[in-house]
Amino acid sequence: MSAVTSPARPASSGVRARTLNRIVIYGLLALFAIFYLMPLFVMLVTSLKTMDEIQNGNMLSLPHAPTFEPWIKAWSEVCSGLTCVGMKGYFWNSIKMVVPAVLISTLLGALNGYVLTKWRFRGHTLVFAMMLFACFIPFQSVLLPMATILGSLGRFGVTLQNATGFNFGLGNSTVNLVFVHVVYGLGFTTLFFRNYYEAFPTELVKAAQVDGASFFQIFRRIMLPNSLPIIVVTVIYQFTNIWNDFLFASAYAGSGDVMPMTVALNNVVNTSTGVVEYNVNMAAAMIAALPTLIVYVVAGRYFVRGLMAGAVKG
Amino acid sequence: MSTVAETQIKLTPEHDARPSTSVRSRLQDLLPKIVLAPSFAATIVFVYGFILWTIYLSFTNSKTFPSYDITGARAYQRLWRWTFESDPPSSWYTSITNMGIFGFLYIVICLALGLFLAILLDQKIRGEGMLRPIYLYPMALSFIVTGVAWKWFLDPGLGLEQTLHQWGWTSFHFDWIKNKDFVIYTVVIAGVWQASGFVMAMFLAGLRGIDGEIMKAAQIDGATTFQLYRRIVIPLLRPVFLSAFIVLAHLAIKSYDLVVALTSGGPGGSAWLPSNFMYEFTFKRNEMAVGSASAVIMLMTITAIIVPYLYSELREKSR
Repeated sequence: MSAVTSPARPASSGVRARTLNRIVIYGLLALFAIFYLMPLFVMLVTSLKTMDEIQNGNMLSLPHAPTFEPWIKAWSEVCSGLTCVGMKGYFWNSIKMVVPAVLISTLLGALNGYVLTKWRFRGHTLVFAMMLFACFIPFQSVLLPMATILGSLGRFGVTLQNATGFNFGLGNSTVNLVFVHVVYGLGFTTLFFRNYYEAFPTELVKAAQVDGASFFQIFRRIMLPNSLPIIVVTVIYQFTNIWNDFLFASAYAGSGDVMPMTVALNNVVNTSTGVVEYNVNMAAAMIAALPTLIVYVVAGRYFVRGLMAGAVKG
Repeated sequence: MSTVAETQIKLTPEHDARPSTSVRSRLQDLLPKIVLAPSFAATIVFVYGFILWTIYLSFTNSKTFPSYDITGARAYQRLWRWTFESDPPSSWYTSITNMGIFGFLYIVICLALGLFLAILLDQKIRGEGMLRPIYLYPMALSFIVTGVAWKWFLDPGLGLEQTLHQWGWTSFHFDWIKNKDFVIYTVVIAGVWQASGFVMAMFLAGLRGIDGEIMKAAQIDGATTFQLYRRIVIPLLRPVFLSAFIVLAHLAIKSYDLVVALTSGGPGGSAWLPSNFMYEFTFKRNEMAVGSASAVIMLMTITAIIVPYLYSELREKSR
């Protein structure tokens, strides 16, 4: 589509109107760019200022003498409640939770999508519809039963620990969160792969079958090597969602040294003992935002594609 | 590929390929279902089973711990009574009123702004490749980070108000975030900031998909730009409106983190949404039955929006 100017007008006023038009459009676009960049900009410059400069200076001014002190403090010293050990432990908690959860849910999604498109059985649409609907439920409606189950598993883990000296991960917050994110992420990962494999030529699968390839051989040798784009999309989508999750994290790992990043950040910002160090808070927020921002900058195209695929269903 | 091969693959793959190893081939037939089974079972138990469990709890008298004696619809009766308790507002009244305000403004502004930006970006803009990611990046941030950033920005003593005072506009006053009547609008601002770029991307994709011939024909007929968009382009974008509406409605009902991070619930819980109500009543106020009942109401609201949409989408696909 192109910008349209009325062809009926005389040329000179048409040109002037067009120029004015362009100026207005670019002006508006620039204004909105400022609107979207402002909070990130403020967060970044504040995180590089000293407290003196924050209290006496302007929020929007660049730091006179940029300092990384707040970042170092946020990483290794900042207080969340009464524990002052910095964000680094919580950062690793998030990593330890995100990596397995993303890998497992992506792999299961790929297998499910493969079955639901290339090995159809009666009722496959119903199965898919039921998994798809699970993407949309408000998690509040499963929050409490899951808390009860995880609690019982935790107690069972203690019993096992006493009996065998090993609890098999039961009651471990990270394991719990990985489990929760895999279960409630399955709908989306299945959706992504199902839609992708739907367009994948079934002839190739058939030909391989005729040649005697088994279910898993076809998956490993034919489907997976051709799935790179959708794997990237799914991994990014799941990574962003799980890293950014707050509800499950606060319900099942809401305190102590097991908190993931989002919960810890919220606690840090709301810790009101002593002087509130805004620069350190902002640095902590930047640290929490960086992983997903980096992914977005590096692979923005795939990020958008994932969002779209998650939005346009069926 | 012959039709015989097709039926084989759909129903009993490899059956004729290896007739001798019947146990093995039977296993091969079952394999796809075995692979799918754990995921499907997990969905049945942890989604549908847990929903039933929550519904069950909402009919009990559970307080701090779950109790399993059905005591009737008392929790719903209380919610119903609170629905009309506006002076002083009950927590539930505040939550659902906020949901109405937030949901409406969030969806309408995101749609309007998203469409507007998409149309602007579609005017053969130089630097579009740079602008698009700028509009869209907030979607990559967590609600917690968004909340922290906007909390700072909207704080009267630190953020925008203070800055404008320093620039000489001393009469400027903006303390919505501390005002119980206006705090929900700050949630709208932050929410729109986060999601509108994504809506823009959806509309832009829709605009790029419109057939250029239709546009040319309309131009030749002498349609002005405005007419062109109002009469032709926007009606053609109807499916995008629908998808965007579904995504936004879904995000709005689930919004929980944003309220927590931005306002900590607002003065006296004045920024609560039903999701916050559920969390507080279940985990902090020891009113598990009431919390469950509110979760059920949230679920029913989403179901009423999503199920017809999914139904029509899936049916269209299979047609």
